[in-house]
Amino acid sequence: MIDGFLALYIFMLAAFTGYEIISRVPVILHTPLMSGSNFVHGIVLVGAMVALGVADTTIEKVIGFIGVVLGAGNAAGGYVVTERMLEMFKSSKKPGGAK
Amino acid sequence: MDFLNGLSRHDIQSWLVTASFFAAAVMFILGIKRMASPVTARAGIVQAGLGMVVATVAAFFHPDIHGNYGLIIAAVLIGTLPAWISGKKVAMTDMPQMVALYNGMGGGSAAAIGASALLGATMDPNACADPNSHACLNGSRTVLALIGTLIGAVSLSGSVIAWAKLDGRMDKRFTFPGQQYVNALFFIAAVVLGAILVFKLDVPIIVAFVVISLLFGVLMTLPIGGADMPVVISLFNALTGLAVGFEGYVLGNPALMIAGMVVGAAGTLLTQLMAKAMNRSISSVLFSNFGGSSGPAQEIKGSQKPIEASDVAALLYLADKVIIVPGYGMAVAQAQHKVWELTQQLIKRDKTVKFAIHPVAGRMPGHMNVLLAEAGVPYDLIADMEDINPEFSTCDVAIVIGANDVVNPVAKTDPASPIYGMPILDVINARQSIVIKRGKGTGFAGIENALFYADNTKLLYGDGADAVSRLVTELKAIDSGGGH
Repeated sequence: MIDGFLALYIFMLAAFTGYEIISRVPVILHTPLMSGSNFVHGIVLVGAMVALGVADTTIEKVIGFIGVVLGAGNAAGGYVVTERMLEMFKSSKKPGGAK
Repeated sequence: MDFLNGLSRHDIQSWLVTASFFAAAVMFILGIKRMASPVTARAGIVQAGLGMVVATVAAFFHPDIHGNYGLIIAAVLIGTLPAWISGKKVAMTDMPQMVALYNGMGGGSAAAIGASALLGATMDPNACADPNSHACLNGSRTVLALIGTLIGAVSLSGSVIAWAKLDGRMDKRFTFPGQQYVNALFFIAAVVLGAILVFKLDVPIIVAFVVISLLFGVLMTLPIGGADMPVVISLFNALTGLAVGFEGYVLGNPALMIAGMVVGAAGTLLTQLMAKAMNRSISSVLFSNFGGSSGPAQEIKGSQKPIEASDVAALLYLADKVIIVPGYGMAVAQAQHKVWELTQQLIKRDKTVKFAIHPVAGRMPGHMNVLLAEAGVPYDLIADMEDINPEFSTCDVAIVIGANDVVNPVAKTDPASPIYGMPILDVINARQSIVIKRGKGTGFAGIENALFYADNTKLLYGDGADAVSRLVTELKAIDSGGGH
C-alpha cells in the first residue's frame, strides 16, 4: 500500500500536471478536452475490476459488477465521442487534414 | 537472467502489472498534452486510448484478483458495448449530455469501489491482521474511501439529472422554498454518517451514506437551469476525477491516483474558465438562481430594421472582410453546412472570412468549434473572442446567426441587466451587422438585445439554413450578372 505522505506527493504532482497541461489549451479544444479528460478518468475501470476480482460475498460481487459496467461505459463512451470530435478538426492549410 | 533469481512468479507478475499501470499513466499524461493542439489532438486521444487498453489488460493479471474472471469479462462487455454504440451514433449537438452521462458512469464506478471496500472491511473483522491486505482499511484509507464514495455518488446522480435536463426529458428547473436549506441538510447528514463510519464501519450506515449521497446529487442539480449546465457538467467531471484519485489511494493503485488527480485539477480549471466566460461564479451557479437584476432594464431605443437576402448578398459582394458569429441556434437549425458553403463562396471571391466564437457558444465551451468542424470549417478560420473583438471595427459585414445574448451590448451598458458584466463579442462595432433570426423574440435568457435595434444592424428573418442558402443563391446571381 502507498504511504500517506507518498500519496500526498503523488496527488500534488498530478494536480500540478493537470493544471499546467490544461492552462495552455486553446478554447476551440475545450469540449473535446472535457470529453478527453472524462475518458481518462475511465481508468476507474481498472480499479473496479480489481474490486470485483477480490469480492467474496454476493453483495460485494453485485456492487463490483455494477462498478465494472459503469467504469467500462465511462472509458468506452468517453473514447468514442472524443475520437469522433477530434477527427473532425482540420486545417485549411493542410487539405488532407491533420494527421 | 540472474536478477530474476529469488523472485517468485507472483513477484514478476506483480511487477509487470505495476509497470503496465505506470506506462498507462505516462500515456494518459502525454495523450492529454497532445490534445492541447488541434494538430496533434487526434493522436493524443489515440495514445490515451492505448494506455487504457494496456491498463485494462494488465488488470486481469493483478495479483490481488483471486476469482470472478467470468463476471469481470461479462461486466466489461456489458458496459463497453452500449456505450461504444451510443457514442458512435450520438449527434454532435447532443454531445454535452452524452459527456455528462459517461462522466456520471465513472463517478458511479468510483462510488462502487468505495462502497465495496467499506463493505469488504466490515465483513472481514480480521482484515487488518495483515496491514498490507487490500481488505484492511486504516484511518486515511477509510476517510478517502468515504470521500470518494460521496463525491462519486453525487457525480453519478447529478450527472444523470444534468443529462435528463439537457436531453429535454425534464423541466429545466425545479425549485421550492427553502431548497438550499434542505440541500444543506442532506449534505450535513452525509458528512455526519461519514464521520460515524470513520470510527465504526457498519453495513446499514454505509447503505444510508450512499443513498443520502445519491439524493444530494439529485437535489443540488435540480434547481440549476439549462444555461448553467455546462459549468455543472464540467464540475462533475472534475469531481469524478477526484473520486477516482481517492479510490486509487484506497486500492493502492497509483495509475488511478495520477489519472484521477490530473483530471480533477484540469477539470477544476476548466470549470473556472467556463464560469468566468459566462460571468458566473461557481458558487452562484450552484447556490443561486439566474438573473438577480437590481432594477428595471434600461429602455432600448430604435427599431428592428428588416433586410432582404438580395441586399445582404450585395453587401457581401462589396465587402472585403466578413466575420460570421454563429450561436447554438445555427446548430439547432442545422445551418452549419450552408454557412460553410456561403463561406467558401466568399473566400472564392477573395474576401477575408473569419468565425468569431464566444467561449460559451453552443452548450459547452468549444462546442461550437466541434459543430463547425463537423460541417468542414477549418479551425484556422475560427477565432476566439479575445482575438476577434478588436477586428470587428475593421470588418465590413458581421453576420450573426443563431447567437443572441453573447452579442448583446447591454452586457456592457446596463448595470441592471442580468447579463451585465458578461464578456461579449463586439459585433456592435462592425460597420454593418446582419442578424439572421427566425422572428422578433428575445434570447435564451429572455433579455432584449440592443444590437438588434442599432442603426447599423439589419435583420434577415427566416429559418437559419434557408436564409443562408438564399444568400448563396443571390451571391451567385450577382456573379452571373443577374443581380438585383
